[in-house]
Amino acid sequence: MTRSVSENVVAPMARGTEQRDTYLKGLIQTVKGGVPADLALPELRSRAEALLKEQTFPHTRQEDWRFTDLSPMLDIAFACADGPQGDTTDIEARRLPETAGAQVVVVNGQVSPELSQLGGLPQGAIVGSLRDLQNHPIWSEKLVQRLGQASGHHDVFTALNTVGFQDAVVVWLPPSGVMETPLQILYGAEAADTPVLAQPRCLVVAETSSALTLIEDYWGHASTAYFTNAVTEIWLEANAQITHSRLQREGSGTFHMAKTVVTQARDSQYIGTAVDFGARLSRHNWEIYQTGEQTTTKLYGLGAITASQRADTHSLVALSHPYGTVDQVHKAIVDDKAHSVFNGRMVVAQAAQETNASQLNRNLLLSDKARIDTKPQLEIVADNVKCAHGATVSQLQADEIFYLQSRGISAPQAQRLLIYAFAMEMLETIPVATLRSRLTKILAQWTGA
Amino acid sequence: MVRNLHATVDGTEILKGLNLEVKAGEIHAIMGLNGSGKSTFSKVLAGHPDYEVTTGDIQFQGKDLLELEPHERATAGIFLAFQYPLEIPGVSNRDFLRVAYNAHRKGQGEDEIDVFDFDDLIEEKLDVVKMDASFLDRSVNEGFSGGEKKRNEILQMALLEPILAILDETDSGLDIDALKTVAGGVNQLANPDNAVVLITHYQRLLNYIQPDYVHVMADGRIITTGDKSLAHDLEARGYEWIMDEHRAEVTA
Repeated sequence: MTRSVSENVVAPMARGTEQRDTYLKGLIQTVKGGVPADLALPELRSRAEALLKEQTFPHTRQEDWRFTDLSPMLDIAFACADGPQGDTTDIEARRLPETAGAQVVVVNGQVSPELSQLGGLPQGAIVGSLRDLQNHPIWSEKLVQRLGQASGHHDVFTALNTVGFQDAVVVWLPPSGVMETPLQILYGAEAADTPVLAQPRCLVVAETSSALTLIEDYWGHASTAYFTNAVTEIWLEANAQITHSRLQREGSGTFHMAKTVVTQARDSQYIGTAVDFGARLSRHNWEIYQTGEQTTTKLYGLGAITASQRADTHSLVALSHPYGTVDQVHKAIVDDKAHSVFNGRMVVAQAAQETNASQLNRNLLLSDKARIDTKPQLEIVADNVKCAHGATVSQLQADEIFYLQSRGISAPQAQRLLIYAFAMEMLETIPVATLRSRLTKILAQWTGA
Repeated sequence: MVRNLHATVDGTEILKGLNLEVKAGEIHAIMGLNGSGKSTFSKVLAGHPDYEVTTGDIQFQGKDLLELEPHERATAGIFLAFQYPLEIPGVSNRDFLRVAYNAHRKGQGEDEIDVFDFDDLIEEKLDVVKMDASFLDRSVNEGFSGGEKKRNEILQMALLEPILAILDETDSGLDIDALKTVAGGVNQLANPDNAVVLITHYQRLLNYIQPDYVHVMADGRIITTGDKSLAHDLEARGYEWIMDEHRAEVTA
């Protein structure tokens, strides 16, 4: 049984254009004030600032933000967060045994060389901080050609990040460089007594035929106001392969805005899994741009939210070359008064013949007050392609629960089993065993198992 | 022991004064036309929430069954083989069976058994229904054929060893081989300490399982009870004559 669900939308408080313009200007000034003197990057940052001048702070009358109301942010004046404060208990608990020697720690948007543990990289590969690498005779020039150059850089939060990021993680694999150890990037949010913002930034370049397993883990505990504005740019050159797990488990007071932009050259393969458990409000723009033929793209998303959480995933797969394969599955579990949004856009241009794409969005509603908005958005110009899509919204089925009960399993246990089964399909796509089992435990706690 | 059972679904009365007593060691068959209330009776026994019992009571081993939640009835020893077993995507058959088995152990105050001991146990039970071990690693009933689903029901029964097993049209639509497998499973399970209620449309199943009693249901009641020969009569003559006799009785 499926049904579409809608509920009366609470009209956003009347906010004038002027107030939003002023708020965005204030954010720009704040993040500019936090730019370290040794990371001026004047060309890149001034271009981003110019792009922001033409925009306002997003509001629900814009199609892209229809279901995600950011107006609560307008009441909060965020200041730039400080770097690491010293308590590393949380960080230690999150290191994975599989990533030993390949861990980068970022706290409040600033890379911490002390907390990072790096060794055993393939020859010619670098993993490090932009502040260290920007003056390097070879790297400085290479970096300029990539950093901030991916499509979609004009988006308001992406541009804001570019104007003010305080450091960036740089990962660069040389041709045929295979990183055997998965790379784990830990992004910690350390809240302060007053509202703060942090802008983590990451640049990954995988040159021809290189391979990498990448884990990005955003976490925090703060129930007080915190604003994460993260951008990760990933470049796959010809025949490169990246498996990417992105976890968002931020604190209940956090606004998490994020962009993951992946540019795929011919014959490359990108497999991504994005998990959203945390934050008060999260928005993940996950964008894939194909620049060559026969690319493989797999996108797996899982959101599990409750209370008054909001989780919004906007994905875009833009295909402009033939023989591309796309497999996308996005699942959301929504309890209590939470609200989940999925907008899955696929653009198949005239030149992208023989594309084989599928998109499936499945949603599980656990409460009468929970809300789901889902929109597949397929724009297909090419005429010789396969593009399947589907979206379902359902509740736990009473008959399934009764079947389990009739085998001795109590109703609450049966519900947990069904929710767990729904979600596990996505967690199973994560290639690192310890991470998979930790997330499975979080999920089990979440479902109360 | 079922006394004067009345039950409704969505306000419509389906069971209208059903009486039945099943003792340990017995096999009962309940036959009847579509809409006679056979399946409703099985669901009421298992505690399906859509069915409301308005009058009557059900005693099971000295307990008031209607006071128990569905999962409590199951762990107390009642097993319903579903007419249409449900598919549970994402839950492996193995996990499902282990969770169910351990729920029963817990219900009987025993410790849960671990994964390895369970695997040994289930391998043994697979033989009863002639199922391949690969079934265990597929999602519960997902993509199973009709016969596979019914055999999976019997596998669950063999594992959970109920005191009272109710088979709701388990034989409908089965080919002869599957029917023999299902019947073989039931015959292996049947012993002097438990009982089986077969709800069926067709006499054919009774060629493979010998019932002690055959009941005929019509209009929410058991209208007549006989031995195995009653089933043969029904097969040969249909239901009309027995309904006529019953109506005559009521009128008289």
